[in-house]
Amino acid sequence: MTDTALPVARTPRRSLLTTLHRHRLFYLLAVPGLLYFLIFHYLPIYGIIIAFKDISPFSTVGDVITKPFVGLKWFRQLFESFYFWQIMRNTVWISFLKLVSVFPASIALALLINEVPFVRLKRIIQTVSYVPHFFSMVVVAGIVMSLLTTEGGLINQIIALFGGEPHMFLGDPGQFRGILVLTTLWQEVGWGTILFLAAISNIDPQLYEAAVIDGAGKWRQTWHITLPGITFVIVILLIFRIGGLLNAGFEQILLLYSPPVYEVADILDTYVYRSGIESLKYSFATAVGLFKALLAAALLLGSNVVAKRLGHTGIW
Amino acid sequence: MYLQRSRGEALFSVFNIVFLVALSLTFVVPFMSIISTSLIGIEEWARRGAFILFPQKIEFGAYQILFTGGSRLATGFFYSLARVLVGTALNLFFTATLAYVLARRGLPGRVSMTLFVFVTMVISGGLIPTFFLIDRIGLTNTFWSMVIPFLVSPWNMLIMRNFFMALPESLEEAAIIDGATPLQTLVKIVLPLSTASIATIGLFYAVWHWNEWFYAFLYINDTIKLPLQVVLRNILTAGMIEDTEMIPIDQFPPAQSLKTAMIVVTVTPILCVYPFIQRYFVKGVMIGSIKG
Repeated sequence: MTDTALPVARTPRRSLLTTLHRHRLFYLLAVPGLLYFLIFHYLPIYGIIIAFKDISPFSTVGDVITKPFVGLKWFRQLFESFYFWQIMRNTVWISFLKLVSVFPASIALALLINEVPFVRLKRIIQTVSYVPHFFSMVVVAGIVMSLLTTEGGLINQIIALFGGEPHMFLGDPGQFRGILVLTTLWQEVGWGTILFLAAISNIDPQLYEAAVIDGAGKWRQTWHITLPGITFVIVILLIFRIGGLLNAGFEQILLLYSPPVYEVADILDTYVYRSGIESLKYSFATAVGLFKALLAAALLLGSNVVAKRLGHTGIW
Repeated sequence: MYLQRSRGEALFSVFNIVFLVALSLTFVVPFMSIISTSLIGIEEWARRGAFILFPQKIEFGAYQILFTGGSRLATGFFYSLARVLVGTALNLFFTATLAYVLARRGLPGRVSMTLFVFVTMVISGGLIPTFFLIDRIGLTNTFWSMVIPFLVSPWNMLIMRNFFMALPESLEEAAIIDGATPLQTLVKIVLPLSTASIATIGLFYAVWHWNEWFYAFLYINDTIKLPLQVVLRNILTAGMIEDTEMIPIDQFPPAQSLKTAMIVVTVTPILCVYPFIQRYFVKGVMIGSIKG
């Protein structure tokens, strides 16, 4: 490949073939993996043209290729619908609420865990707080449903204890987003401490010793040494979180929501799922998905550029 | 490093530990109550509600129904396990071969191939084009729809590639000079030297396969082929068990007990391996954060 700059016209071709031949067994080894990416990632990328055509569940693969383009019809339909702005708002708002609760909570938890003087206890607290991260979303949703059920769930039992009426929390638009945020907080806050704890343990112990000699108490040590010591990690992680701002928690919402709460819970991903898989509007759903993907890619690339400006290696 | 300097700080330390222990309980208690709820009978449920930390009388009715009745527990367990075993094995084969080639320094085209994989981390066809493809190539409603569309995770592949690149090059070169083919070098030199990292990546894949539910839910219609997670999802949302036959049981357990019993069954395998695998996942977070 590097030989393409050679002046003689025939040499690059031959040398390319020679190179390919010399390393053929390596290339052969890469074929299964590359073929996988070609078929299961690049073909769907090609399939994005569904968003610019009129494809129904009865369309064949040939239709996807040969059917005429309809331009931006589906995008226009999306942007002109009143519902679009509602889903956009829901997506960004739910994601934002999760970010501003889980992220600071993880930092705070990391700082508190760091102050535990007994190593064993520290380990136990960490181990226990990581557990929910390993539960599948179905299991987590099942636990949430069981806690909130009107058939004797904990929350409604407490309400009954105070003489209240059982309440359908998951069907209440006023409560639903709060439940989503709390669920994510419960599942991810412990796991979110890992990088902060790692950063804290990388801080030079001499700084603390010097601070103690200077008469700094725990609080001032935290404020002047620990927090500045992990600021970089905080900033970088925050930037990457913002890069994923359009991922508001598809699986979680899909499992927990129901028509009464669509107005507050429907996000871009769930809308794609319902319009495509349930209402069978393939082209429209692909268009919605593409819109989200483009916006998400821009956010991701943008956040990566910002992270690199700040001196991080980036995610790649 | 830890110096008790003042009463204020000692007090803080005590409060901190109390708070953290209480917080830890919030991670444990909901799950304990799930176990307890799965063990109560209809009579206790009617009297005390479904959220109970310590049942007065333990009844296994819910489990009896799940294990003997027409529930999809047995088939679900089979498909989940098959998915973990077959899926992870194929994952490792496809991931390791590609990672090995992409780790090969000086191989012409290496950068282009890496880019080819990398692009898929930023752009994807999305739900509908992917579903359309899986459906039109006839994978829907088959066991393979849970395995083949997920053969290589670009992220895991890049991690494995970095592992391979950290190995001393001279060993491979020696093998190649001795006339070993790339596949032989991979199997006889590279893999034995990186069993720990391969096992770690295998763990990532295995846990992913066990917990994955959405694509199985999307691609598979036959209830008999559903993995455990989707069986659980159906019991949770439908509130009942499919194909319930007449079950020889004195008293039918409360619906909540059935649901929670199913949660317990689904999550038990994860809890059993959790203490042993946790640290590998923690390490994975670190690796991912340092280099992608």
